[in-house]
Amino acid sequence: MSAVTEVPSKLSPPPGRAGGRKRGGLNEAHGRWASYLITPSLVILGVVIGYPVVSAIIMSFQKDAGLDKATGLFVAGGFAGFSNYAHWLLQQCVSTTGVTSACPPGNLGAQFWNAFGTTFFFTAVTVVLETVIGMWMALIMNRAFRGRGLVRAAILVPWAIPTAVTAKLWYFIFAFNGILNSVLGAKILWTSDEWAAKFAIIIADTWKTTPFMALLILAGLQLIPEEVYEAGVMDGASTVQRFFQLTLPLVRPALMVAILFRVLDALRMFDLPQILTGGGGGTGNATTTLSILVVDQIRQGFNSASALSTITFLVIFIVAFLFVRFLGANVVQTQANQQKGVLK
Amino acid sequence: MKKFRLVSAAGIAVIGLALAGCSSGSPSGGSSGGPAGANLDSHGPITYVQGKDNSNVVRPLVDKWNAAHPTEKVTFKEQSDQADQQHDDLVQHFQAKDPNYDVVDVDVVWTAEFAAKGWLTPLTGKMKLDTTGLFPSAVKTATYNKTLFAAPQTSDGGMLYYRTDLVKTPPKTWDEMMSMCSIAKSAGIACYAGQFAKYEGLTVNASEAINGAGGSVLAADGVTPTLTSADAVKGLSLLADAFKNGNIPAEAITYQEEQGRIAFESGKLMFLRNWPYVYGLAKSDGSSVVKDTFAVAPLPGLTGTGASTLGGHNAAISVYSKHKATARDFLTFLESAETQKFFATQGSLAPVRTSLYDDADLIAKLPYLPTLKESILNAIPRPVSPFYPAVTKAIEDNAYSALKGDKSVKQALTDMQAAIKAATS
Repeated sequence: MSAVTEVPSKLSPPPGRAGGRKRGGLNEAHGRWASYLITPSLVILGVVIGYPVVSAIIMSFQKDAGLDKATGLFVAGGFAGFSNYAHWLLQQCVSTTGVTSACPPGNLGAQFWNAFGTTFFFTAVTVVLETVIGMWMALIMNRAFRGRGLVRAAILVPWAIPTAVTAKLWYFIFAFNGILNSVLGAKILWTSDEWAAKFAIIIADTWKTTPFMALLILAGLQLIPEEVYEAGVMDGASTVQRFFQLTLPLVRPALMVAILFRVLDALRMFDLPQILTGGGGGTGNATTTLSILVVDQIRQGFNSASALSTITFLVIFIVAFLFVRFLGANVVQTQANQQKGVLK
Repeated sequence: MKKFRLVSAAGIAVIGLALAGCSSGSPSGGSSGGPAGANLDSHGPITYVQGKDNSNVVRPLVDKWNAAHPTEKVTFKEQSDQADQQHDDLVQHFQAKDPNYDVVDVDVVWTAEFAAKGWLTPLTGKMKLDTTGLFPSAVKTATYNKTLFAAPQTSDGGMLYYRTDLVKTPPKTWDEMMSMCSIAKSAGIACYAGQFAKYEGLTVNASEAINGAGGSVLAADGVTPTLTSADAVKGLSLLADAFKNGNIPAEAITYQEEQGRIAFESGKLMFLRNWPYVYGLAKSDGSSVVKDTFAVAPLPGLTGTGASTLGGHNAAISVYSKHKATARDFLTFLESAETQKFFATQGSLAPVRTSLYDDADLIAKLPYLPTLKESILNAIPRPVSPFYPAVTKAIEDNAYSALKGDKSVKQALTDMQAAIKAATS
């Protein structure tokens, strides 16, 4: 206790009051004091993030409960090694007699790579669409014109509607006797045909999340000083040149963060396809994402589900890591750099 | 800075590890002689847990019970109206060994799973429940491993809704129904639909087709799948062929209960397989154009009356209940003819007592009761398996492929068989 109370007296003038704080120059006392301050947060993070992740990993190495033929009761499955992971990654099913075979259709294990591909397909297509349309919306919202407030509010409406409600709305629109088929005069089974179902999800997701993208990009656009454009005009740059050589590089940090957020969000897409198509379409699983697969598996056995969610977690983690490492999406430093006008 | 990051990440992991170690997440293997045998003679206040009480049936019943049993009051805990959420809520409370979930209302298809987990008190010995006068098929849904684990509370069976202005006498067999489809064609409407979207309803419809042709999903042991039999192939082919030749309209592959009901009420469908709840709505809905031109009949089978799949709920006693004697008395109360009649009149819920289906008062109120009785008498429960979620998934996925023509019926059933085997072993 005494250590804690003593520390402030050792501190050089607190950062707030002093102008002369050296950048990055934390001395030892600072460091210790900082670690005391940060401990409560670490404990909370440990409880809400560390515990679920660690316990999921532990569970993923346990077999799912099996049935005791004599009593008809479930018994603990015991240590599983990597068999739960093999079940998903290699699509192997193990019978009671220990024989390993490929999982038959209708078993969740057979769907892993299908769901994996579907998830990445949705992510790639929706994020590209949302980025392009979102950029366009942001450019419009950034201009000064009569009724700008109204346009901004209108663009944000889809984002304000809860996803479950959005999904239900589109479910009615895409119903066989629904609005869309009447308007198009078509007889498309939107929730059943493979590509129609995929497009239904893409359309609904784009409609729903583009405003989010637009909002983040708009925040970036508003930090670009007007003088830059004035200078551009003076130098005789055309509108297209101004967009590609001024706007885009200057908004890039904000844009990368927005894309990162969307990619991570899209990779764990669950509610929209779950409600809109139930993961169906095509041969029955054309819109099953990894998260839908996890939830389906939870009802069949927690331990296999833990292995699958650990795999999903790692996949998303790797994607995020690659983004930050190679594409320069730096969530923490972006704003600071941008305010300084650093072109990266 | 880097080192600090590493240290904090490690710290978070250590805390997580410590917590994970504390809560030794042992799967709930059922051990007999444990909580199941405790508190059998104990009377006292209990809680009854059920999904959303939409037609206000439970509260008046609980009030009535409480007035008669002031020292053994029942508290009603209402869950959400989503079946999946009710299931998960029950699982969580059982895993936490919650003594406050005394009597729970379980869907017929969950009973085996909960019993195998060791969460339900077997209704034997002191807890024995009289099941005379109940539908045998309903009792079967509450029976696992030759032991009764729950009291059948409400039942449900599929019926064939048909248009009396187009069809004078309802079809008795599937072929007869298909031969009537030319009438629908000349009237410019679709012929037959059920629930064929990829969800639980498809399992119901596919197993009805298979059972109706004399096949079965699981053997009597409740574990071994029997889907490669010639009868099973014949049964599922009926649906697949009807899709192919258009007797079932293509859009029916997206139908759940409601889409079929809406199509029937708007006069776009001649035959509809659905549950009894449609009857009242089709008679009274403002948008219904068939108010006076429809009736119900038992489902047609291959050679005679078909085999409906059974719906409904059972009431069971948690092994963690502290007052099991009261809980058992409450089950008897739920099962009594008087309560069952109240279920029917107040909530339009199908009673589990056969005698009520001949009750003149009730028939006056619910004219479909004689048809429903025949349906439930011929009904076959869905597979009673502790691995039901995997079984229904295997049926749904493969039946869906067969109906869409992506797979031959034979292949679909072979895959179904293999998937059930993989999941239940």
